[in-house]
Amino acid sequence: MSENHEGELTLERNDGGEFERTPVPSSKLKGWKSFLGMYAGEHAAGTEFMIGPLFLAAGASLKDLLIGLFIGNVLAILTWRFIVAPIAVSKKLTLYYQLEKIAGKHLVKVYNLVNGVLFCFLAGAMITVSASAVGIPFDINFTVPKGIFGLSTPSFSMIVIIVGVVMTIVAAAGYNTVSKFANIAAPWMIVVFAACGISALTQMEVTSWGSLLTEWDNGVNVVQSVSGKVDFGFWKIVIFSWLCNAAMHFGMADLSIMRFAKDSRAGWGPSIGMFLGHYMAWICASFMLAAQIKLTGDISANPGALAWSAVGWTGIICVIVAGWTTANPTIYRAGLAFQSLFPLKAKSYSGVILAGLVATAAGIFPALSSKLLDFVGLYGTILGPMGGVIFVNHYLAKKMNFTQNYADEKGSSFNMAVLLAWVIPVALGLYFIFGEQQLFAAYAVIPCWIASSLLYVIIMKFQKS
Amino acid sequence: MKMLKLISTLSIGVLILLASIFLFLGILDATKVNISMLIGTIIWFIVTPLWMKEE
Repeated sequence: MSENHEGELTLERNDGGEFERTPVPSSKLKGWKSFLGMYAGEHAAGTEFMIGPLFLAAGASLKDLLIGLFIGNVLAILTWRFIVAPIAVSKKLTLYYQLEKIAGKHLVKVYNLVNGVLFCFLAGAMITVSASAVGIPFDINFTVPKGIFGLSTPSFSMIVIIVGVVMTIVAAAGYNTVSKFANIAAPWMIVVFAACGISALTQMEVTSWGSLLTEWDNGVNVVQSVSGKVDFGFWKIVIFSWLCNAAMHFGMADLSIMRFAKDSRAGWGPSIGMFLGHYMAWICASFMLAAQIKLTGDISANPGALAWSAVGWTGIICVIVAGWTTANPTIYRAGLAFQSLFPLKAKSYSGVILAGLVATAAGIFPALSSKLLDFVGLYGTILGPMGGVIFVNHYLAKKMNFTQNYADEKGSSFNMAVLLAWVIPVALGLYFIFGEQQLFAAYAVIPCWIASSLLYVIIMKFQKS
Repeated sequence: MKMLKLISTLSIGVLILLASIFLFLGILDATKVNISMLIGTIIWFIVTPLWMKEE
């Protein structure tokens, strides 16, 4: 087996344990309650420090946020339960192996590579988050430049480079230690998020629901007086919170996790995690920005400064740990995806080093991390449609009389039908996102998913005829 | 093992979460709460690996 192939398998192994190329045996299956605990830590991460304040900065009203996030999270959980879990339980295969059977191993490499590049930008945002906290004791704050590729201060850029290099070295040295540390830190982090929120309420001198609404609206007004009027309404919040993890549910990445489930009830597994991370943590993080605006008038969503202001050193540690435990596995996974770019004789950590360098370079531009709301939508738009192909292959191939698991059945290493069904809708989606329409990225996820599914059916039927 | 779990739970439940609630209620001031949280954090990271490793 080649080194590169080993890299892919390691990626799969880290996504969901062993049994990469065989169905999980019944002796290794777990009850649905096991998934509740596992997902609880998964969704309380460094990204939450960044995303939460962005809602206030984007002008969302507090009522819309509370109700919209609730509905969006419920929809996300239902998607896991009724789209991902039945396929995972039925096939008991990883996303990558499932995709390899349909698309062929070479196309899976392309998918992996795209995934790796997107992972790098996510890791870059987390490096910025961690660096924002590292800079606080040295009195180095970052400012977000207007241009996407604008730099912050030289001292902040230097901290980003140092943090990025350290994270890259740790990721290259091994994944397991950080993974274990992340498990230990997860419950503590959730409690610190809650403490930050309560502390922020204290700073805002909130005494009632009415006073909270007033403080929130004041915060939105201050932001809009500086940045101009923007609109982040109810449905935008619903769609965003539903689809910010679209790559995991609509995109079927969590097949790799849920294949260990005894039955489809494992699809309820993300419920607690979603409401801790994507509800409580986001709202608490947004309160921190509202409190900062009240205290100082500063509207910049600097996670380190926000956490320092709310709970002092504990906040600094939390932001560093949250950013690090999110960035590290992300760099590692991106590195394994990049490994296929290197010659067979290359060192096994070459891909991780490359991923770390790309992530660090991305982290130097703070405006990228301030675009996290758009980025996670983009992530779902690009990767989600592959889940549509898997969905159609599972439910419709036999009913509509086209070949199920085409690449596996025909011995193909590159299924052109999958490539077209993936690339055409995604290209259209990107056109609407980056073109004159400036479509909010999360809005493109479901249309692209449906279009990919339909296109795959049409191409396969056409191919058959 | 049970004692270690209890210490971990108390470290985040009391020294971090309850302390922040006391801050909100005006029972403790911010400086004391921040120190309490830092102590809770240190205890959590010392004690939790001892029992979580076994599980």
